[in-house]
Amino acid sequence: MFLINCPYCGERDQSEFSCGGEAHIIRPKQPTELSDDEWAEYLFMRKNIKGVQFERWNHAHGCRKWFNMVRDTTNDKIHAIYKMGEKPPE
Amino acid sequence: MTKFRVNKTKHVDQTKTISFNFDGKSYHGFEGDTLASALLANGVHLVGRSFKYHRPRGIISCGSEEPNAICQINEDTDLTEPNVRATEIELYEGLKASSQNCWPSVNFDIGGINNFISPFIPAGFYYKTFMWPKSFWKKVYEPLIRISAGLGKSPTKPDPELYDHKHVHYDVLIIGGGISGIIASKIAAKNNLKTLLIEDKNILGGSTIFQKNENYKINNKYSSEWIDEEIYELKKLDNLTIKTRTSLAAYHSYNYLLAKENISDHLPLNKRNCGIRQRLWKIRADKVIVATGAIERPLVFNNNDRPGIMLSNSVKKYLDFYGVSCGFNNVIFTNNDSAYETAVSFKEKGIPVEIIDIRKKSNSKIVKNAEKLGVKIYWNSTIVNTFGHRKINSIEIMNLSEDGSNVVGDKNRIKCDCLALSGGWTPMVHMHTQSGGKLDFREIDQTFIPNEIDENHINVGSCNGDFELEDIIKNTNNKAKNFLKVSETEFDNISVLNSKELDKRNIWLLPNLISEGKCKSFIDFQNDSTAKDIKLALREGFKSIEHVKRYTTTGMATDQGKLSNMHALGIIADTAGVKMGTLGTTTFRPPFTPLTFGSIVGRSVGKFFDITRKTSIHEWHSQNNAKFENVGQWKRPWYYPINEEGLHDAVQRESKAARDSAGILDASTLGKIDIQGTDASEFLNRVYTNAWSKLGIGKCRYGLMLNEDGMVYDDGVTTRLGENHYLMTTTTGGAANVLSKLEDYLQTEWPELDVYLTSVTDHYSTASICGPNSKKILTKIFPDKDFSDESFPHMSYQNAKIDMINCRIMRISFTGELSYEINIESKYGKSLWEKCIEAGKEFKITPYGTETMHLLRAEKGFIIVGQDTDGTMTPIDLQMDWIVSKKKYDFIGKRSLYRSDTIKEDRKQLVGLLTDDPNEVLEEGAQIVSDINKKPIEMIGHVTSSYFSPNLNKSIALAVVKSGKKMNGKKLIVPMENKNINVTVSDTVFLDKENKRINA
Repeated sequence: MFLINCPYCGERDQSEFSCGGEAHIIRPKQPTELSDDEWAEYLFMRKNIKGVQFERWNHAHGCRKWFNMVRDTTNDKIHAIYKMGEKPPE
Repeated sequence: MTKFRVNKTKHVDQTKTISFNFDGKSYHGFEGDTLASALLANGVHLVGRSFKYHRPRGIISCGSEEPNAICQINEDTDLTEPNVRATEIELYEGLKASSQNCWPSVNFDIGGINNFISPFIPAGFYYKTFMWPKSFWKKVYEPLIRISAGLGKSPTKPDPELYDHKHVHYDVLIIGGGISGIIASKIAAKNNLKTLLIEDKNILGGSTIFQKNENYKINNKYSSEWIDEEIYELKKLDNLTIKTRTSLAAYHSYNYLLAKENISDHLPLNKRNCGIRQRLWKIRADKVIVATGAIERPLVFNNNDRPGIMLSNSVKKYLDFYGVSCGFNNVIFTNNDSAYETAVSFKEKGIPVEIIDIRKKSNSKIVKNAEKLGVKIYWNSTIVNTFGHRKINSIEIMNLSEDGSNVVGDKNRIKCDCLALSGGWTPMVHMHTQSGGKLDFREIDQTFIPNEIDENHINVGSCNGDFELEDIIKNTNNKAKNFLKVSETEFDNISVLNSKELDKRNIWLLPNLISEGKCKSFIDFQNDSTAKDIKLALREGFKSIEHVKRYTTTGMATDQGKLSNMHALGIIADTAGVKMGTLGTTTFRPPFTPLTFGSIVGRSVGKFFDITRKTSIHEWHSQNNAKFENVGQWKRPWYYPINEEGLHDAVQRESKAARDSAGILDASTLGKIDIQGTDASEFLNRVYTNAWSKLGIGKCRYGLMLNEDGMVYDDGVTTRLGENHYLMTTTTGGAANVLSKLEDYLQTEWPELDVYLTSVTDHYSTASICGPNSKKILTKIFPDKDFSDESFPHMSYQNAKIDMINCRIMRISFTGELSYEINIESKYGKSLWEKCIEAGKEFKITPYGTETMHLLRAEKGFIIVGQDTDGTMTPIDLQMDWIVSKKKYDFIGKRSLYRSDTIKEDRKQLVGLLTDDPNEVLEEGAQIVSDINKKPIEMIGHVTSSYFSPNLNKSIALAVVKSGKKMNGKKLIVPMENKNINVTVSDTVFLDKENKRINA
């Protein structure tokens, strides 16, 4: 059970949050101009990394804000948390 | 006092007698006893039968590792509990316990026949045998296996007791109140750290508390005396909380731990008062110090499972802590020095004891001490067989060959009534590995020890692989100092005297004269797996320890292999010729010991299991005989039977009334989202499939929301309340998800939009009045309002007042009838409803529930998201092309509507179905086929909604059918169990295709 440092509320129990999958997948600005394959790439393809992964999280039972998290999926270490729109760390 | 109670100790109060019952017989024990110690004091060793072979089994240990002594307690009461370890139950007045897995009794057990046919039921027997013939499985094998499976009996009545959850935060948590846990707690608490110490026994001190031996002294005191003083001092510390009778169940990441506190389990039933029985502690600690100790290993040799064969240190605890001698003619079988402490204890009390030692010699102090006391030691020897049916009576020993791989010389028979085993120690690394920690293998004594990398927890004491008293104290002190950043402690200059124990000689499977196949060398006592089974698994090609475990069921019983896992690993390593360290271990999963369901659910039982949401009009519905239906968390009126009316009759009556005169529905549960902001119109354009920019203020519009994959997600009517202000309604069940989905897009994809979303579902109550007389009713309620079609047309809204209270009236319809929805602040919901009922009296206004609502909308072919759709339907599949804007550049899901898969013509599409016999009502979910003769029969769709329509006087149904759009008029078949129903594909709109009624 993680202890997650919500950038708006501070440290809270994982049970207050929900994970929204891989981060930094940008919705295409002009979907109609994409081929089926390009659209499928956006719609379906996720990396599901074993190791350091960039994820979207939502403080669902708190401030309801979305933010990003860098988490190592092998040991659940949270390396960084940053707000939506902020630059991801290296 | 029974003859086995040889010793007076301060831990058992022999002035306070407690009577209890085991297997129908009455016995006496004393305050301070466990069920196990009291049974042993009465000479009872045989307490159960093994799971597979039904062999007689006795108490082995004195703790949570016990595989054999598991009982059903307080049978025939609501509080009965199966699989309870006798070694952990504190004795109380009137305790009733019985053995499990035996019939008719533990002394004479019919299932014992399995022991004689055991050569025919090896590992994997069930997998191999019950495969054939296939038809036997359901009628013969499965019922048989179910009868013989399982151990105790579950209670059949609801649990009358309460369980609690408690959330706590601590600077330091210490798991285990033995010597290292006590030292660590003292260091933490004395340095201003808020500390919690938990211990699963009812007192602190671990095994040090009964250690009174010349060879083990701390600051020149017996270690038991030293620890007593430490405990006394410890209890005075302010910022230390000590919780005994509390066992750690799980260690999750980020130092989140669960522990179960037993509050009333040790009390007589009549003193429990139905207060809280157990409390689950949910602990978040900055730092965790694991001091869970070690468990003694048994030895694996032929017939090593008879009652009277126990672990050496447990025998010592029964003697020195409980004052009970497990035998008067004891033999100790060991491969290390620690068992000699047991021998010395026996000898000091004048009880005969002999030692069989696998090793060739040992010169440690404790061994010399035993020799000096006259203990006879058979060096370099092993046991090759044991005798005695219900209790051990003798053993046969032989000498070991030079390399230990064989036995040599003559057999020597020795009489005994208790055989104490010591195969060395296994550190309890469960907590460390549960937290994600890795293990290292230590060759010298064949143990897995924690490899610490996590900076937030450490392991101290024997769970860290320190078995010498001096190592335990000094290493615990040093590690705790470093971990807690303390510069000096009172333990820095402690003087410790101990025996300096020498190497052990480890032989996982002891050799024998007779062939391995004929030996019964048990590894897992509870699941009856033997060394032979492990070797069979390896021969049959199982290589991974996880596979061998599952195939032989080793370590899969209620004790989770606390005594057996290491031996299984060792034998696999020896047989396969690999190093044990390279095999790894099986996974240690929580809970460490079984948890009750009660403690897991806590107070979330009965009506607290889930939230129940009721509308403000609920009371009226109840008073008017409504039957309720669960819709998500909401209770919605399902139908309102009059007198003895059933569902069908009530719905027929309600549906007819709604179309003939007037009906009223509580629509308060529909999700309502208030949308404001300068970009609100643009936002709606992006989330709905149709266009919103041109919707006038005061107008309503139906919208369909898709997922990005093009599938229908939700629908509802949205009203434009002002220039930058909308009120969106969603489906009852989808409200929360729609709000989070919209928030997600706003925050992450379109942060540039000026839009604010607020859930107002609970803020407003809604009464929906429909039917040809609805306008007249509304006019009575709002006499000042003009309800003519010109000033208040369909799909528009107006503000109004009832008794000075503001409300909103929307003229929208989900039934196809002329229909108005009145929204009012929730606190006035019931009074609004009553006003409507009063005003509608002369028109016989009829309250209707969800079932009638479903029927009415089906007559009009309106979909219900989640009933007629299932996450695989596009608007095109639903024949709702009209709502998908061709002009809009983009909206959620637009691009997916012309993916190669979504434009396929043979997708399942929504159609109407009419049965050839108009009285035949289809079953929802029934499959649809076109050709019943071609095998295998292809299923081309299924029924999604089906009703008998009283307004059309025939059965109607909606269904999804492959290529359904092109099938209008086609005959299809709905095959049922007893008959085939003939149907014809129709339009989805069954009633009033011209939409005349809406303006009637």
